[in-house]
Parts: sequence; C-alpha cells; structure tokens
Amino acid sequence: MSATLDQNPQKKRRPPLTAKRRRLYLLIAAAIILGLSVTLILNAFRDSLVFFYTPSDIVGATKKPVPQDRMIRIGGLVEEGSVKKTKNAGVSFAITDLSNRIDVRYQGILPDLFREGQGVVTQGKFGPDQGGNKMFIAHEVLAKHDETYMPKEVSDAIKKSGKWQEGGKRATPKVSK
Amino acid sequence: MIVEIGHYALILAFGLALVQASAPLIGAQKNNAVLMDMGRMAAMAQFLFVALAFAALTHAFVVSDFSVAIVVANSHSAKPWLYKLTGVWGNHEGSMVLWVFILSLFGACVGTFGTNLPPTLRARVLAVQGMIGVGFLLFILTTSNPFLRLDPVPADGRGLNPILQDPGLAFHPPFLYLGYVGFSVAFSFAIAALIEGRVDAAWARWVRPWTLAAWCALTLGVALGSWWAYYELGWGGFWFWDPVENASVMPWLAGTALLHSAIVVEKRNALKSWTILLAVLTFVLSLLGTFIVRSGVLTSVHSFANDPERGLFILVLLMIAAGGGFGLYALRAHKLKSEGLFAPISREGGLVLNNLLLGAACATVFIGTLYPLLLDVLDGGKVSVGPPFFNLTFAPLMAPLVAVMGVGPMLAWKRGDLASALSRLWIAAVIAAVGGIAILFIHGGPVYAVIGIALSLWLIAGAITELATRIRLFKISVTASARRLRNLPLSAIGMTIAHGAVGIMILGITASSAWKIERILVMNKGDQVTVAGYTIKMGGVNNVPGPNYLAQRATLTVTRSERPVTTMFPEKRRFKNPVQTTTEAAIYTTGFADLYIALGDQQVPKAGSTAKAGWVVRVYYNPLVPWIWIGAIFMMLGGLVSLADRRHRVGAPTRAAS
Repeated sequence: MSATLDQNPQKKRRPPLTAKRRRLYLLIAAAIILGLSVTLILNAFRDSLVFFYTPSDIVGATKKPVPQDRMIRIGGLVEEGSVKKTKNAGVSFAITDLSNRIDVRYQGILPDLFREGQGVVTQGKFGPDQGGNKMFIAHEVLAKHDETYMPKEVSDAIKKSGKWQEGGKRATPKVSK
Repeated sequence: MIVEIGHYALILAFGLALVQASAPLIGAQKNNAVLMDMGRMAAMAQFLFVALAFAALTHAFVVSDFSVAIVVANSHSAKPWLYKLTGVWGNHEGSMVLWVFILSLFGACVGTFGTNLPPTLRARVLAVQGMIGVGFLLFILTTSNPFLRLDPVPADGRGLNPILQDPGLAFHPPFLYLGYVGFSVAFSFAIAALIEGRVDAAWARWVRPWTLAAWCALTLGVALGSWWAYYELGWGGFWFWDPVENASVMPWLAGTALLHSAIVVEKRNALKSWTILLAVLTFVLSLLGTFIVRSGVLTSVHSFANDPERGLFILVLLMIAAGGGFGLYALRAHKLKSEGLFAPISREGGLVLNNLLLGAACATVFIGTLYPLLLDVLDGGKVSVGPPFFNLTFAPLMAPLVAVMGVGPMLAWKRGDLASALSRLWIAAVIAAVGGIAILFIHGGPVYAVIGIALSLWLIAGAITELATRIRLFKISVTASARRLRNLPLSAIGMTIAHGAVGIMILGITASSAWKIERILVMNKGDQVTVAGYTIKMGGVNNVPGPNYLAQRATLTVTRSERPVTTMFPEKRRFKNPVQTTTEAAIYTTGFADLYIALGDQQVPKAGSTAKAGWVVRVYYNPLVPWIWIGAIFMMLGGLVSLADRRHRVGAPTRAAS
C-alpha cells in the first residue's frame, strides 16, 4: 500500500514531507489543543470552584467574607438534637464546629450515614435574610461510606475551633482498613 | 500456623524480588546468560510465594480466623461466604497483597512466555518488574502487615462495611488492579527499552497485547465501580467526578492513548519516544490513583478509613517511579529515532490527534482533581472542584475526539485523503444530522444533548461504514462480502466494536443527563405518583429479615396506561455488624430506560406539625442509562476480540513478523 503511494506522481507537487515540517504541524496541533484546554480550565475554575467554610468562618469572631449567589460548602458535625423533619420530605439541622453553629435546610433523601454527632459536609447557598438569621439551603449533603471515617475538612474545622479531643469520641480510632 | 507460613512466604517473596530486581539487570549489562536466567527463575518463585501468602490470607478469611487483626476488623462469622472471600481485598492490607499477587503473576508470565524476546530486553523488563515488587512488598511488610495476630482472640469480627457487601463492588477492585498493575508491564517494557536505547516493531507487538489486556480489565473495573455507585448509593447518578473516581479514569485515558500510539510504533515505526513517555505516564497515573485512594489526602465521598503515613510511603514509591522513569526518558529518549514519516492527514495523523486530545482531557481531570490539594498546601483555602468543572472542560475536549474517531480509521497510513474518506461517510453524516435535528425538535435541546446525540450517531454509523467499506458490502456479492468479513483481522473487528461502543456509551450518558426525571415525595400506603407515564402506587413497608441485616422493604406496584408493569421492592437495610444502614434501590429496566426507586426515612411528624407522615421515596426516570454499561461492556469486548487476534497473541510475535 505504502509502496504504491510512494510512486504517486502527485506527491512531488506537494511540499516535501520533512521531519521538520511534520514537527511544525504537530506543534501547531498541540498548541491549539493546549490553548483550548487552558481556556476551558480557566473558564471552568472561574465559575465552578466551591470554597469550603467552617461555621466559625461565617458567624464567628474570625469571620470571612462569604460570596453571595455562589455555591459554597459548609462542614462540621451534625449538632445533637438539631435534626427536624419538615414539610415535603424536607429536613433541617444545624452544623457545628463546637464553637459556632449554622442552621441548614435540605430537601431530599439524606445519605445513609447522616446521623447526629457525625461529620457532614453540605453544599449550597444562603437563603434570604429572615430577621438576621440566615438559613443555609443545602443542595447536597455528603456523608461518608464509612462510619469510622471523618471528612478531613471536618476534623480540621474542629481542630481550628480548638475543641478537638485527641482519642476522644470526636477522633474515632481508625480501624486498620 | 497457616498465617505464619503466609507471612514467611511474603518475606521470602521480598528477598526473591530483590534478586529479580538486580541479577538480570547486571546480567543484561555484562551479557551473562546465567544471571539473566536468574531473573526468570526469581520471577517464577516470587509468584509462587506471593500466591502462597495470598492463599493463606484467603484461608484466614474463609474460615473466619479471628486471631488475625484484619479478619477481625473486616469480617464476621455471620457474613455470606462470598463476602468472606471478597473481604480479603475489601481492606487496605489485603488489597495490597492482591496488588502484589497480580504484579508477580504478570512477572511470571513475562518470564514464562517471553522466550522469543531478545534475552537482554526480557532480563531488563523482569528487573524493572522486580523493582516494583520490591517497593510494594516492602510497603506491605513495613506498614501494612496483613498477618498481624491479635491476643486475646476476640469472639467475633466487626464485619465488613455493609456498603461493600455487594457483588458489583466485590469484583471491582480485582479488575481495577488488573488494569493498574497490567500497565506496570508496559512501564517495565518502556524502561527496559530506554536502557537498551532501542524500540522497534517487535517491542510494540509485545507491549500492545499487555496494554490491551490491562485496558480491558480497567474498563470493566471502572464500569463496575460506576454501576455500583448507581444502584447502591441511591442517588440515581452514575458518575460524580469524585477524586477516587477520577483516580481510576486518569490511567484509563492515558492507557487508551498508549493503546493507540503503540499501533503507530508497530505499523509505522514512528511516535516511538512519545509511546515510551505514555507508557511511563500511564503507570505513574496508576500509582497516583493508588496513592489518592489509599492516603485520603483528597476528600472523597468514597473515602474509607485511610492512613496518611501509608499514603506517604506510596507517594515515595510514586516519586521514585516518576522520577526514575521521566529522568531516564530525558536522558535516553533522543536515542529513539522514529523513521516513518507521515502527512498530517493520515491514519497516523488521526492517532496523533487522538493522543493529543486524550492527553489534554487527562490533564484537565488531573488539574481538577489535584487543584484543591495544591491550594490547601499553599494555604489558599479549602475548595472543592465539582462536576460543573469537569463538564465544562472534559466534555468539550471529548467532542472533537469523537468527531475525529469517525474519520480516522477511514484514512490511509502515511498519506490519507480526507475528502474521499468524508465522502464515504456521507450516510453517517446524514444520520447524525437527522438525529440531532430530531432531538432539537422533539425535546428542544439542551444544546449539549443535541451535539452529544449527533456525535454518537456519527460515531456508530461511522464505525459500521468503516467495516462495510472494508468488506465492500453491496459493492460485491453478499457471500463475497461475508468471506471478506471472515478474513478480516480480528483487531479490525475489535476496533469497530470498541468505537461503536463509545458511541453507545455517549448516547447513554447524554440522554440520562439531559432528560432524567427526579421526584422526591412522602408516600403512605395507597398514595400514587406518575413519572414518565409510569404510575407508582405505594403498597406499604414491611420488615424483612436478611442473613445479617434487617430490611425495611417497600412494595410499590407500577402500572402504565392501566396495565400492570412490575412490582418494585426498594429496601433500607440495617446491618448489625457493624451498625450501619444501606439503601438498596429497586430498578426496573426496559433496556431503553430505568425506573429507579430509593426508599428514604420514615417521617413521623411531631404533634402540631404540618409535615406529612409516611415514607420518603425518591423516584427517578433515567432514559438510556443502561447503555452506559452496555457500551462499557462492548468496549471491553472489542478489546478482547482484538486481543484474540493471532498477531497479538502473547508469545506469537515472531510468527506475525513473517
């Protein structure tokens, strides 16, 4: 097949296929795809990065500005005794890092390992102000597959609030898995 | 006793791995046949001893030997036997033993079947395999000894995480590891070739079947994981762009690129150093995947208890493999001269474009997965990169890839004719356009769905057209075409199947993402809801005991236009050992769509509350979702068909050369 192509007289009319020229084509293709990927990544980063906050970051003394109209994540422990069922398969609960707390509302089925006193990460936005008390509307509630495991953000949040007890209930001993 | 034998066998295997890593390397340098042969022997012996250790561990799990720490932590006497068996790799230590077992199996295969390889190349490949074995055996023996005894012996175990007690997940890790570890062979061949300073078609003929086999296993492993997440997690989704999922898809993307570039090395003696680089990269990404899953540095919904210290060890192994591999590449790659020149518009050109796009897609997944880690290390705050990021970057890079996939196989090697290839694809173009326009009129969008459907139809029709062109269907008599089909190389048929399968999968992904229907509601006995024409009526919730759990089972009858369709039984299972609840979604599939029902918690409102009493029920209608896994299975089948090609058969490269 290639032998017949080599004898093709048409080939002579085209520019010679040198290694240099081939590398040029390759570089052009690579540059286009690289440019495309970088554009896509930067564009996606602008719109879809989700920042993580602890309850103390939002209402505590070390408050940080929280962007409005943007998805954020809040993580901590589900406060004991705070879980309430509301209308239409809804649920409300509070997330705490043992220093501060945030009220959360969620519509949907909770993960199997969602429990009071357990670590949880929620993703969503703050709802409209209701008399100074802002409610976090969660779109997603994430708990882990494993009851002995605490999300790293959550353990860091509790450590940051200074309420971490090494070896205590909060730091469930890790089973060798 | 058996446990101690297992531990001892693992230590012996480590010693043998040391021999395998050094003797053949020195032998190849000094051209000493005895030393080189020692590598082969060591590989075989290492396999035997690792197999013995693996068997000892399996025995401990099957007979529930609760004097062994990991059996206590991960098993329970009341567990069904299948999960006692799969409990062997349902934990960190055992899964690493499985990893080394597969690694040593592959090493023994290279030693046994590699008789027709140049002896120095085989010796060096075995030495590199030995080095990987040394690293991982040392890792197991020092940080994760699976044979640790407990004293006093507990009466019973703590049980396997119930979410892992599932057939889909039972076989997910072995296939994933077969893939990851399979790429270690391509890595070893690449390093050996760099040491030799020589890559030729015979080298590629050896690397291709290994890569193909690893790729098939990884495809199945990733598909099993996604299928499991779909039916077990009760969210009705199949892919969450979670770090642990991304960890498995990165080596898959790089491995797919490697698979295609190795063809160019074999057929055209070009793209040599690029292929070597990809082989190194693919295995490094496999190690990165292991590191991400085992270290827990990234927050993932799929994280199981993990240990940062072990993560550090794997990170060091990863650095050595990456540093050694890329360093050697930088030093020696210039020796690999590619000879075959080709025009930009040619089969090779198409495959280069495939590699560039797959590489770019892999890079975006890499950046999206590791960016949170980077930002955290730099103290820039905690972020998560979710599905929107990947949808905005990965999908736009896949679209041109799929477009090229339709044309590429129609182009000739060396110098192709794009116009004539496209003119032969006019039917595929018409089908794609009609499909896209039909979707636009029926559903009115979204735009990505129109593009996705059109592209997948283009790809499926293109793959069929390519096969039809090869067998000159309707150009010559049907019997003559059938004869041509029989004489086609299996690798060509495999390619058609695999490419078509990608189209099927994209159809499934697009349709289920665009037109999924989700309803969450509280239902009582007698309540009904209609979703996508199906009327679902709640018949109540009963308690049903299982072997090691108690289930709350809802009975829901499904009718369509007054005619009974099926009865569905979603469950919530409460396990006793360990105490944990799992969701068992009920799925009714027509092959074209899934009706998916998950049972939530019981709602018992307090007095005076307006909340409705009953059960939370989540109903999904997922159009074409089964096609995702059908596509994955056909992709794997395409790979297997290609693997069965006589010219790819391991041990037959010389015959193919003639």
